[in-house]
Amino acid sequence: MSAPDIRLGTWEAVSLVAGREVKTKMRSKAFIITTVATLVLLVGFALVMKLTSGGSDATVGVTQETEALAAPLKATAKAIGESVDTKNVDEKAGRAQVADESLDALLVGDGGEIRVVVKKDLDDTLKNALNVLAGQVAMNQEITRQDGDPAKVQSAVAAAEVAVEPLEEPFPYQPDQLVLGIIAGILIYMSLLLNGQMVAQGVVEEKSSRVVELLLSTIRPWQLMAGKVLGIGFVGLVQMAVIGGVGLAAALALDVLTISASAAVGTVIWLIVWYLLGFVMYSLVFAGLGALVSRQEDVGGVITPALMFVIVGYVIGISILPSDPDNALAEVLSVIPVFAPTLMPMRLAMGGVPVWEAALSVVLVVALIPVLVWLAGRIYANAVMRSGSRVKLKDALRPA
Amino acid sequence: MADGLLEIDGISKRYGDVVALRETTFDVRAGELFGFVGSNGAGKTTTMRIALGVLAADAGEVRWQGTPITLETRRHIGYMPEERGLYPKMKVAEQLVYLARLHGLSTKDATKSMEEWTERLGVAHRRDDDVQNLSLGNQQRVQLAAALIHRPTILVLDEPFSGLDPIAVDVMSKVLLDKAAEGIPVVFSSHQLELVERLCHRVGIIRSGQMVEIGEVDELRSGGAAELVVTAPHTPDGWANGIAGVTVIGREAATTTLRLDDGADDQEVLRAALATGPVTEFSRRRPSLTELYRSVVTEEEKEKDAA
Repeated sequence: MSAPDIRLGTWEAVSLVAGREVKTKMRSKAFIITTVATLVLLVGFALVMKLTSGGSDATVGVTQETEALAAPLKATAKAIGESVDTKNVDEKAGRAQVADESLDALLVGDGGEIRVVVKKDLDDTLKNALNVLAGQVAMNQEITRQDGDPAKVQSAVAAAEVAVEPLEEPFPYQPDQLVLGIIAGILIYMSLLLNGQMVAQGVVEEKSSRVVELLLSTIRPWQLMAGKVLGIGFVGLVQMAVIGGVGLAAALALDVLTISASAAVGTVIWLIVWYLLGFVMYSLVFAGLGALVSRQEDVGGVITPALMFVIVGYVIGISILPSDPDNALAEVLSVIPVFAPTLMPMRLAMGGVPVWEAALSVVLVVALIPVLVWLAGRIYANAVMRSGSRVKLKDALRPA
Repeated sequence: MADGLLEIDGISKRYGDVVALRETTFDVRAGELFGFVGSNGAGKTTTMRIALGVLAADAGEVRWQGTPITLETRRHIGYMPEERGLYPKMKVAEQLVYLARLHGLSTKDATKSMEEWTERLGVAHRRDDDVQNLSLGNQQRVQLAAALIHRPTILVLDEPFSGLDPIAVDVMSKVLLDKAAEGIPVVFSSHQLELVERLCHRVGIIRSGQMVEIGEVDELRSGGAAELVVTAPHTPDGWANGIAGVTVIGREAATTTLRLDDGADDQEVLRAALATGPVTEFSRRRPSLTELYRSVVTEEEKEKDAA
């Protein structure tokens, strides 16, 4: 009998392995469920934002006597960043509406002083607005009593404003971009966490089912490892692109995000770049560490130290950046390779990252990857055939 | 003539301070079934893993058709690891096609070969089931299919018969004989010595990492000390004690088993037996592989005791 032609190139071997991973993962229930769930959450979030941002923060009823206060109340509320709607009602109906909570408050009295009817207590921001209004009413009355012109005084007061002279031009962060940054952070964190663990579990699956011996009789260890990382990475990328794309489209279509389309696309592109860099970096480490153990139960323990870097980066980002996008600690950490994949995309989405910082963080990670390929490849090749108890990292690093 | 010849030449391997293999050498010829026997831990699996390149040897060489074996030529080997393993959550058909493709077959060839082997090994109706849902016996068949799927030109099987039911043993034996008949070298390890004796052309016995006996089954058996079985009802105890080069190794009722040293005269034994009365059985027996193996292992124990 004649032997079939069986040449298998390096790239073919890697892509065969990667192809299997893609097929298996895309068909797995876990993958479909997480993708759909994340999409539903994201679109739901956009819808909720749309519904809450459209309406006003509070509705205040005004009677015939207090109708004149409606316009000043709206103006005052706006000055402190609240939007207030007013509604003309008679006092009796107004009181009933406050009681059934269709009105937040009802302005009563003769307009000379501010009296307000509420169900239990007055919302703090509304209270602030009303207090300012009360002050203005009192001031106007006093000005009129002293024969002044309240309108003139008002305009003079309004025109007076502190002149700020910044030594450094601050970056004008927009709330929308901060939200985008938070979402970017959550997405990349989840993706690194889930897909990174999937790599480690995949390595252990082959080890514990012992199919690895059969595989290694045909391909080299590094080809198996590279195929696995690329395959799962590709699945994660598709997931990220679908989630990012649909989420962004939903947000733009619903007018929840008012940033420009180019800034939005820029965010998604950076997100993908950092997902890829972060994934390759971490999954190499996870693959190497996963090869040290032989049972799925031990995967968690062995990859936790590496996972901590992902978690720490994310926690720092999500807890500091939204309130303080210029934070120095976050700025420094976002350039360090182990934290960059979680912190940098958040900062980039929020805007205001100097080009050199963005470039440096990418360069550092790209430079680190070949080192990790070598290191993880060595650990993997040395440890993957040794089943039984956990292989010591020191032994796995020893030359074969 | 190196055509179709698999040579294991002077392979040594240590795990830390433990010597697993010490210059193990043997060859498997085209069309030959080679049985590889030895106790647990003697080095059979290590030898096979080195031949497959799954483990690296400290010294020595594995050659195929006269040239050192490479990853490319290793793809021609059909391998059944001692520790069976397939993806538990992958369908039988997909898994076999995938493994065939890793050996370099095109999808078309791989699919055709998968259909052929699942049919032949009787697991065709389970093609779309996950491997983990198969019975142990059927998993073994799939494992064998995985070793044969890429039409290998060498077969290396580690304990292929372990855990098989009698029917599956017959199927496996038939496949191995067929493969050898096709002219490819087949080497397998086993503890079932009767099976090895029946199937194999040649056997190698490995002990503590060294080949101690190697040769054709008949040749090995005749190489062992010859035995005589004499049944004579009136022989008294110790009737054969005076004969030079003869040792009594067993006596049961009227039957005495004796071992003959080289050059000892069996006719003299017969005369001594006849002197006591009638002799109803007088036969020369060659030791079975099992007995041969046992004596080799006993030697090992003696060496250990002496050390």
